[in-house]
Amino acid sequence: MNYELRVNPITCDGHGVCAELLPEMIELDPWGYPILMSAAVPRGLVEHAKRAAAACPVLALLVDKATSEH
Amino acid sequence: MTELALAAHRSPELRLPRLLAGISYYDIARLPDHEERYGPLPLWGTSGRRRPGRLLDVVDASGLTGRGGGGFPTGRKMRSVASGPGGAVVVANGAEGEPASCKDRLLLTRLPHLVLDGITLAAHAVRARTAYLCIHGQEVELLAALEDALAQRRAVDLDPVPIQLRGIPGRYVASEQSAIVQYLNGGPAKPTFAPPRPHQRGVRGRPTLVHNVETLAHLALIARYGDRWFRSAGLPSAPGSALVTVSGAVRRPGVYEIELGTPAGQVVTMAGGPAERPAALLVGGFFGAWLPARSAWPVPMCHAALKAAGGAMGAGIVVVLPESSCGLAETARVIRYLADENAGQCGPCMFGLPALADAIADLAYQGGRGRAADRVATLAGLVDGRGACRHPDGAVQLVRSALGAFEADVRRHDQYGPCPGVARAPQLPVPGDEDWDWA
Repeated sequence: MNYELRVNPITCDGHGVCAELLPEMIELDPWGYPILMSAAVPRGLVEHAKRAAAACPVLALLVDKATSEH
Repeated sequence: MTELALAAHRSPELRLPRLLAGISYYDIARLPDHEERYGPLPLWGTSGRRRPGRLLDVVDASGLTGRGGGGFPTGRKMRSVASGPGGAVVVANGAEGEPASCKDRLLLTRLPHLVLDGITLAAHAVRARTAYLCIHGQEVELLAALEDALAQRRAVDLDPVPIQLRGIPGRYVASEQSAIVQYLNGGPAKPTFAPPRPHQRGVRGRPTLVHNVETLAHLALIARYGDRWFRSAGLPSAPGSALVTVSGAVRRPGVYEIELGTPAGQVVTMAGGPAERPAALLVGGFFGAWLPARSAWPVPMCHAALKAAGGAMGAGIVVVLPESSCGLAETARVIRYLADENAGQCGPCMFGLPALADAIADLAYQGGRGRAADRVATLAGLVDGRGACRHPDGAVQLVRSALGAFEADVRRHDQYGPCPGVARAPQLPVPGDEDWDWA
């Protein structure tokens, strides 16, 4: 199963928890909002990505099963 | 003689105008005028040649694409709504957000029945039960004129699905399709996070077809004259005509109907030609791009060719920038406007666009320290693609095109400070200009 990472930029308030829990995939811009290095989640990071998504205080980080178009 | 053979014998001058054939300088076309010119609304009944699915076939075959900016195939969009769970909604978007465009306003103020015919035909084709026409709420006179046009149609029972007129807030992002849908659902007129997109889940959760009003006006003619007629103008890959708004340093600014594929320079010539020696063209509007005048001149006006040249068709906007103006100052004013108009929803846009506006204003009006251009490029990279809608991306495309088209100017500003052009009155209209005294 392939997973992909998305941020809902409307919900995101720039708490920055995701970048702490998933630094392999997320860095913060100068205003504290997450920049994803890629959408596809490497196999070894899926659990970390799910944990980061669950830890987001506003649930703005989404880990979805990859759709067929990718 | 067949329709195609006829078309081949006509000169381009005779193929157009189409949409603007019935236009009057002063008056709004009333229903009898409209029907006299175009004949009655073809009803596309429930059986045989004129069943709803047949209209979709004709639209597909015509090659009509959205005239609001996206350029998406109209037939495909209608099919995705028609194949949904039913109870579809049609939304005509007449809330022209681009300050440099006034083609939609022209259609609505002069030829409303073309647009209203298009709404009814689209509603019929996708079996919609509800239809809206949205324009800016502050346009009170236009709202009244459209109510009157709708009343004329109600009196003769022309629209099986009643068309409801709605005024939406006059902000730039409010005319983005997901913003209109959210507003019609009782929310703020701000873009939403996609998916779901309006054609999947839109007004009241129903599949929703959002079309620009010019697209619908073309639909009204295609339903009457057919796909082959439509394709007899324009390019095989980009058929038909389109309305373009030409402004800036031209002798006769205004809205012109062109065949798709007409070279940009010829469009400028239609508008009376340059009023001064041109430096660059802005094609596609505030979400479009600057192209150096020399390279832009032969580029055909259609989505594919303009995109390949680094520009965009957008809603059909051409602004001519004279050599005496400063493209960086013009860009800085537009980016400031776009930054002020951000919806206040997404952090990167909320904070990044004002920072980008500061940086490009610094390059345009201060400069001289050799580091403003790099800062502009860095901020553009940080903002690109990071919003729920394409607002930040559009601003970034304009900035990057300015860095390219005015490359020599960028170096000069960055090293030595502003050029004399920054003092010129602006060519690009930005709302609020009236407050300035440029004389």
